[in-house]
Amino acid sequence: MDLINIKHVNKVYKNGVTAIYDLSLKIKKGDFVFVIGGSGSGKSTLIKMLYREERPTSGEIILGGLNVAKLRNSKVYKLRRKLGIVFQDYRLLPKLTVYENVAFALEAIGARKEEIKKKTIKAIDLVGLKSKLRTYPTELSGGEQQRVAIARAIVNNPKLLICDEPTGNLDPDMSREIVSVLDTINKEVGTTIIMATHDREIVNEMKKHVIALKDGRLVKDFEKGTYDNEVI
Amino acid sequence: MKLFRMFGRYVRDAFKSVSRNLSLSIASISCISITLIVVGIALVLSFNVDNFAKIIKRDVTIVVFLNQETTEDEFNHTIKAKIEKLQNVEKPIVLKSKEESKKEMMAESDVFKATMETWPEEDNPLRDSYLIKVKDIEQIKDTVQKIKTIDKVEVVDYGEGMVEQLIEAFKLVEKITIIIVAILIVVTVFLIINTIKLTIFSRKREISIMRLVGASNISIKIPFIIEGMLIGALGSIIPIVVVIYGYSALYEKFGGQLFSALIKLISPEPFIYIVASAVLVIGILVGMLGSGRAVRKYLKV
Ligand SMILES: Nc1ncnc2c1ncn2[C@@H]1O[C@H](COP(=O)(O)OP(=O)(O)OP(=O)(O)O)[C@@H](O)[C@H]1O
Ligand SMILES: [Mg+2]
Repeated sequence: MDLINIKHVNKVYKNGVTAIYDLSLKIKKGDFVFVIGGSGSGKSTLIKMLYREERPTSGEIILGGLNVAKLRNSKVYKLRRKLGIVFQDYRLLPKLTVYENVAFALEAIGARKEEIKKKTIKAIDLVGLKSKLRTYPTELSGGEQQRVAIARAIVNNPKLLICDEPTGNLDPDMSREIVSVLDTINKEVGTTIIMATHDREIVNEMKKHVIALKDGRLVKDFEKGTYDNEVI
Repeated sequence: MKLFRMFGRYVRDAFKSVSRNLSLSIASISCISITLIVVGIALVLSFNVDNFAKIIKRDVTIVVFLNQETTEDEFNHTIKAKIEKLQNVEKPIVLKSKEESKKEMMAESDVFKATMETWPEEDNPLRDSYLIKVKDIEQIKDTVQKIKTIDKVEVVDYGEGMVEQLIEAFKLVEKITIIIVAILIVVTVFLIINTIKLTIFSRKREISIMRLVGASNISIKIPFIIEGMLIGALGSIIPIVVVIYGYSALYEKFGGQLFSALIKLISPEPFIYIVASAVLVIGILVGMLGSGRAVRKYLKV
């Protein structure tokens, strides 16, 4: 079954830049998808439209039964509860511990205390940071901080995990660590994962579904793809 | 309900935020206090002016004298009925026959008494009269005109000119106080908007993450609204003290009246408590409104 169905989406920014041209694609439940492409190819734009930070100028995005493009501002939270989001810059709260940062996501949606505790510990365990519960983000390495961000993104068991260059600030070893955490989540929990990246080694090693963008157009959609220099 | 469960957390967060941004909170609380003091004074003033206006209006009486040909029956029935039929006339009107007037005057002074005693019973040069109160003082002129057209009415007197001037003056004072209070409230709202904006700015990241992980807009807004209400409530403490003690002291000092016995002040109880609650309610509402507006901008991404 398709978790995401994108139909003829165009995105023109206010300044007149067209970031996405007539994009149509489907993503199945449980899939692990890399979105690749050069700088300015529209990867972030596509991802922002998925979690409704940006709206398509035309076309339709159906995500888990929600018509994302038509979603009113006051109803965006319904979409956001279905997905987790991870950014290149982690976006953790520096004054909160690892535990509190992850629990924050559940507190914000009004979960019960016992539920918060149980799910938070589980998510932190899944990313392998159980020994750092009381640590503050500034005392962690970049890779560890990103794992906290991933724990926060998956703590509410979303169907979909969206990552915009999660390894962008990390060295190759740490990047591999992060991708293997994502792979574990994909395999063990069954979470669908979409990850925008520049990292060709990782894409080539993982042999996952690859979507390649070039200047806002879909140029490649392969089930088991690699980072192809000629196309991009 | 989930919102109810989260309410305790919201209130705790509001107190935390106020104490965490203590210097900012104190600054805004003092500003709100100052405005609310002026609002309180304006309220006290406008209520008193209103009260004074009511007293004066209640005192305004139309005196109607009938001419000498009027019979007793006309005085007691026909003309009385004609006047009472007028829309604006407060029923029943007070009748004062010439005999009564005579007695009244004789009781008032010995000089009158000496002269009037010599008048024969049926030859009383005084006139029968009515004392009339009106429902709407602003239409008094019109009512007087109508009374004047009634047959056998000789003189109609109501302090013409003075009454109109008083009405105009009261209207003006009322308008000015309303405008001052309105302006002050708007100023206070903007003040709170800016204060809360500053505290919100320091929590921008937190709010954007809340949006990102799926907190609904209302649940993000509520803590800030509670914070605004808290700031408004704290800001109204000093104004309330000023109103309660200030007005009581003023009332004592002037013995309940201003300049002359004519201008009566409203007695402090329960008046000061009504004004104090009004100040508190205005403070809280204004705090709520200001913070609600301030946070709106951050709920769009
Ligand atoms: N907010 C915006 N307003 C106007 N134009 C924008 C905005 N965001 C992106 N763009 C433009 O849209 C195009 C696609 O940008 P996008 O950020 O999606 O690329 P990207 O593939 O994520 O690039 P990178 O790999 O550098 O992150 C670019 O030409 C960019 O300049
Ligand atoms: Mg990007």
